Amino acid sequence: MANATINGRSVEFEPGKTILQVARAADIYIPVLCEHPALEIAGACRVCLVEVEKNPKLLTACSTPIMDGMVIETNTEKVRAARKAVIELLLIRHPLECFSCSSNGKCELQAIAYDLGIEKSPFWEEGDTCVEHKLDDSNPFYIRDLNKCILCGRCIRVCDKLSQYHAIDFQQRGIHTAVQPPVGRKLEESDCTFCGQCVAVCPVGALYEKPSVGKGRPWEVETTKTICTYCGVGCELLVEVNKRTGKIANVTSDHTNMNSVNKGRTCVKGRFSWEFVNHPDRLKTPLIKENGEFRKATWDEALDKVAEGLKRNMGKTGFFSSARCTNEENYLMQRFAREVMGTNNIDHCAHL
Amino acid sequence: MTNNFDSIQSADTIMVIGSNTTEAHPVIGMMIKEQVRKGAKLIVCDPRTIELHELATVKINQRSGSDVALLNGMMNVILAENLHNPKFIEERVEKFEELKATVEKYTPEYVEGITGVPADTIREAARTYAAGPNSALFYTMGITQHTTGTNNVRSCCNLALLCGMMGRPGTGVNPLRGQNNVQGACDMGALPATLPGYLKVGLPAAAEKIEKLWGCKIPEEGKVGLSVVTMMKAAGNGELKALYIMGENPMVTDPNTNHVAHALDTLDFLVVQDIFLTETAERADVVLPAACWPEKTGTYSNTIRAVQLSHKACDSPGEAREDWTIFVELAKRLGHNWDFKSSSEVFDDIARFVPAYAGMSHERLEKGYLQWPCPTPEHPGTPNLHAVQFSRPNGMATFSPCEWAAPHEWPDEEYPFIANTGRNLYHYHSGSMSRRGPSGRYVKGLYIEVNPADAAAMGICEGENVKVESRRGEVTGVARITESVPEKMVFVPFHFGEAPANMLTASVWDPTSETPPFKVSAVKVSKA
Ligand code: SF4
Ligand code: SF4
Repeated sequence: MANATINGRSVEFEPGKTILQVARAADIYIPVLCEHPALEIAGACRVCLVEVEKNPKLLTACSTPIMDGMVIETNTEKVRAARKAVIELLLIRHPLECFSCSSNGKCELQAIAYDLGIEKSPFWEEGDTCVEHKLDDSNPFYIRDLNKCILCGRCIRVCDKLSQYHAIDFQQRGIHTAVQPPVGRKLEESDCTFCGQCVAVCPVGALYEKPSVGKGRPWEVETTKTICTYCGVGCELLVEVNKRTGKIANVTSDHTNMNSVNKGRTCVKGRFSWEFVNHPDRLKTPLIKENGEFRKATWDEALDKVAEGLKRNMGKTGFFSSARCTNEENYLMQRFAREVMGTNNIDHCAHL
Repeated sequence: MTNNFDSIQSADTIMVIGSNTTEAHPVIGMMIKEQVRKGAKLIVCDPRTIELHELATVKINQRSGSDVALLNGMMNVILAENLHNPKFIEERVEKFEELKATVEKYTPEYVEGITGVPADTIREAARTYAAGPNSALFYTMGITQHTTGTNNVRSCCNLALLCGMMGRPGTGVNPLRGQNNVQGACDMGALPATLPGYLKVGLPAAAEKIEKLWGCKIPEEGKVGLSVVTMMKAAGNGELKALYIMGENPMVTDPNTNHVAHALDTLDFLVVQDIFLTETAERADVVLPAACWPEKTGTYSNTIRAVQLSHKACDSPGEAREDWTIFVELAKRLGHNWDFKSSSEVFDDIARFVPAYAGMSHERLEKGYLQWPCPTPEHPGTPNLHAVQFSRPNGMATFSPCEWAAPHEWPDEEYPFIANTGRNLYHYHSGSMSRRGPSGRYVKGLYIEVNPADAAAMGICEGENVKVESRRGEVTGVARITESVPEKMVFVPFHFGEAPANMLTASVWDPTSETPPFKVSAVKVSKA
């Protein structure tokens, strides 16, 4: 173990860590934009600058290794002034449309600007606002508003390292730099599989989920841990439910939870294919068929009818359980078949 | 799977056979690609050219239904070149002589004739796999969904045992389980031959356990029940009178749709418990509305035997109920007073019955998943199976040598093509969930993959309708012309109820696993 001092507080750490990692573990706030714990360091945004004793220049906390005996300050006048300059430069080209932005309330740029007391960019001049890009909402999964992109590169790194696709990269140069699929191609024609990892890590509102639009603000939702109900990987998914409507507002995943089987990774189905839950076709009452037509029934009626039908066919009944249902449900169905109906005629679609 | 996901990071060689991993198990696909980009070697064997082929060190496109021959061919090379692991076999595996005798005739040249894979490629695959030092094998339905599915699986195990690729991180024979809880449904005894925890129904121990824990007799004196396919058959000929179907849609997912429709219509009583009025529910006498994934709390067991707790996030629509509560109500009506008040109490009942789950509870799973076996509350769970010994009485594994046999149906003059059915990344199974949402707006209906040479010969252009016809039925879909299917093969995804791929498939099955042969149907193909 080694020792350093951050903001006058002594912190212990295992050598080989960065200033940011140690500060974070000690709950000391250092703002970041391009850094994300699940991704490798880019050192590109320069928002995480800190002051280190005996260093004339400010250093980036995300990429500077912390050393034994280091004395670090994360929130001095000098630090705040430098960060402010960085954010003010970014805001020249970032539209201040927080009002309608789906990231409002969870936007990391907004939070840092707020912390630094920035209202708008003093460098802004007529014509500066970035309106270069048309909103790309051509696929049904997520929307790309490149005018809001701050070029932190998180999406590029997550696609390359976690999704293993490299579907997008920085294209063009200078002021025209933009994150795009290979030149001339639409996203649908690229290698993109719409796994949504890039959306999950975007710090601003440049990438956002299409099925979630209008379904709830970040502060209106409650998040619950669930397990994906599609394939056998069993990815952990975070379901965000709007407390006001009681309906799903979004589904996402946690790239910092190293105790989940997927560690934040998902595919397109887990991340985006949840609309069926709120679909009007969902069955809402029991149905009983009479003269070839279904009619709505109460639970009591329906259960009586089922009990009757099963009793009548005792010894001649079979059960199809479901590999989509929980262990508890499968267990009870087979116990019902065996104990109540006295049959081993129970199976499920294991082979299909 | 015998190993866990982190184990992939220890693999020096990964062999994928009969698994289009990046489409059917996308997140495992990502993990495999990551390991290969870090330098692991990759052997990919699939009749279609799949995404993983791009990264493969050894690329193999074996003929559909020739897997046993391919694997025997690899073992033949391994033995001929002395690349096997004699120490491992000596200490841990029986019937080595039998295996040697069987694979002897499967020389790479002979196998080339069956599989269409060049003899030298078979040699390269064998050498690469045997070299390890740690080789992990992955397979899915491309191995199991054949009339020879069980022998395909046995051959995969033979290969791994021959090279001692078991029991260490980075090795193993890893079937990727299809459905989210297929592992759990099997563990829970939703099977005709086994009680929860794989206790065979015919054993005296099974009768004792049931009597002690549930207070009842073993059904049918321990006679094995009917399986999904045989139940359907029995329903069709009137031997079975009632079916209770929970959360399945056999009208779309089972082989030979016409036969399924006939069977369901012949029943005296059909009850379907589901979240939508599926093609199957339409035919029911009573339909019970169920809660779905974010509307209930319960556990699922995934492909690495990780038991994971999923929490309720929102209420169900209308009067839909959690499936387990429905059984409690029905049991009461039939004179059994079950007293479960929550799914957590049901789980405790599971823990009492299944030794591998005995150390688990919802409370414990709240802190994170556990991989079974987890026999006591202090036990940390088991990431890698078979580390010390195999689960047979003497702790030894056995080679199960298999001869290659031709599939149940093979192309002929009248039906010259093979139809292969399977999944698309964006959809799931019968599509009742994934088609209602963005995936449904993205991949809207049935497409059929056709090789460019075949398309040209039949005058079919991209986007035009093609008709595929087998001895049992036909479907029509939009042509997608792609090199990923070989000549004389079409690929038909099975997610689309209005154009069910299973119109084509046969209701015959593997004699041991009773799995239908979804990967091979002889068909004719024409412009629609
Ligand atoms: S959705 Fe997935 S594959 Fe597509 S660009 Fe984003 S991270 Fe890459
Ligand atoms: S998110 Fe995709 S890979 Fe993960 S469990 Fe769901 S379907 Fe499988």
